[in-house]
Amino acid sequence: MAVWEPPPGPAGGGQRSPASTVRVSPKDTPANVAATFSAMGARRLLVFGGVALIVGGMLFGDIFAVFVLHQNGDRTGEELLAAARAVMAQNAPGVNNAFGQIGNLLEDRGTKIDTHVHMTDVGYLALLLALIQPYVALSAARKKLLAKWLLIGGTLLPVGIFLIHYVGLAYSPFRVIGWASALADSAGALLIIALIGELWGLWNHFRSMRVGAVEAELPDDRSRERRTLLAGGTLLVLIGFLHGAWYAGAMLYQHEARETAILDTVLDGASANDLTAAGRSVTDYGALQTEKAVNIAAHSHIIEFGLLAILLSFVQPYVFLGAEWKRRWVNLLLAGSVILPVFVLLELKMGLVAGGIADLGGLMVIIALVAMLVGVLRYSGKLEAETGVPA
Amino acid sequence: MSAASKLLIFGGVALAGFGMLYGLHYALFVEHQALDSMGNSLATAFTSAAARHLPDAHAAIAAYGATKYDYVRQVDVHSHWIGLAMLMIVLGVAMDHVAFGRRLRFWIALNLLVGSVVFPLGVLLQSESHGASYASATAIVGVILVTVALAAVAAGFARGSV
Repeated sequence: MAVWEPPPGPAGGGQRSPASTVRVSPKDTPANVAATFSAMGARRLLVFGGVALIVGGMLFGDIFAVFVLHQNGDRTGEELLAAARAVMAQNAPGVNNAFGQIGNLLEDRGTKIDTHVHMTDVGYLALLLALIQPYVALSAARKKLLAKWLLIGGTLLPVGIFLIHYVGLAYSPFRVIGWASALADSAGALLIIALIGELWGLWNHFRSMRVGAVEAELPDDRSRERRTLLAGGTLLVLIGFLHGAWYAGAMLYQHEARETAILDTVLDGASANDLTAAGRSVTDYGALQTEKAVNIAAHSHIIEFGLLAILLSFVQPYVFLGAEWKRRWVNLLLAGSVILPVFVLLELKMGLVAGGIADLGGLMVIIALVAMLVGVLRYSGKLEAETGVPA
Repeated sequence: MSAASKLLIFGGVALAGFGMLYGLHYALFVEHQALDSMGNSLATAFTSAAARHLPDAHAAIAAYGATKYDYVRQVDVHSHWIGLAMLMIVLGVAMDHVAFGRRLRFWIALNLLVGSVVFPLGVLLQSESHGASYASATAIVGVILVTVALAAVAAGFARGSV
């Protein structure tokens, strides 16, 4: 695996320098910045693929939030009420049937959330790996191969997860693993192999302190866009962290106690043949699940957007747009990153109106991401036009 | 690479590895049993109620609540250790943009590392002994350390050039 190619020394004899990473300083010319973004090298692939996966994952999340999430919650409530009715009728098979349906609905919802989460998270991972490429002491070809494996795995993994609910165990030779699970697991294995390869490259680098200058360090950009993204991103993470701490301290225990109390009242009402009381409790149960879900979603989304902003700050030198436009996209991204989690929380008070505004916040982040991706594509095109090297 | 960056990157990689190993152990030996137990408790509660055995039904709901209490915290520990580790790695790469002196940057990084280890550890202790005040205190100390470190990093980024 470790075919690391040391850069040629001054005499061309391949002498190893203990600190030969190419460092790009603020005074560096655009040409030197371009040297950090070689034509379809590992870093460029990871930046393109990472941003594309994040955009895809967010689009999927928006579609899921609009067309599946609430409908799924309503149907789960209906099935819980069906279970309560079966209790009233002293119909044990009816109870089991209702729980079977609830399990099915939870699988539907769970696999879609996992698709969204895994697609965006592999995107973050790709951007993170793009940052550390200078410290991965492997040949350029190997780094590119690892980047391809990571992106293929990162694309097939969410596809496999999404299909689990629909494919099930059809035509599967196994008792519990279906073909979609096999696809997801294989894609996960490919991701793991790519990550082990990256770790091996890092180990090579830090073990010997021989730095393979196959890829230069990221440009030491101190622009306003980068500072805004770094400071704004860290603030978003901090706000999300504090919200999570508040939720854990003030709400979590209360919610846990309420959940068991509500389930008790569902059973009491159904046993007393009081469908109205049981129905009211089922409604309370649904409201509690919504309360928990919006708090967790707000907490996780604001932190993820913070991380995304920090990661995107490193991509800014490759976004070939005017300074004013770059600032606009940065501001749009940060505004969307605040609007989505805040209005997800406000869904409890404002209902679907807040949900719609939250989806709009997600769309703002997606538009900003696509704009930055276009900027990176323009940058690549410009490099290729100047050097005559096709991508 | 500065000492603060190294501390965050290596600490982050180590914490992520530890968090993944913890998750693997949990998934292999605990999670499926916990999920089965929760599902069975709920089904038992409803079928007991259908048979008009209400004390059994309420006992099953209590068992469901106790198992879920542990399940939620164990999953949170796993995801928070890895999430904080990812944050440490990303901030490690960006640490040279924090406009404070090297010494202060190192202390900020150390705060973040210790807080990121201690906060989920406190949550884990909560599942080991339900309602123990030392467990909550440990988690709170971790939260304060991470909060202070993140606020300092944000201020350092906003300040501009080093």
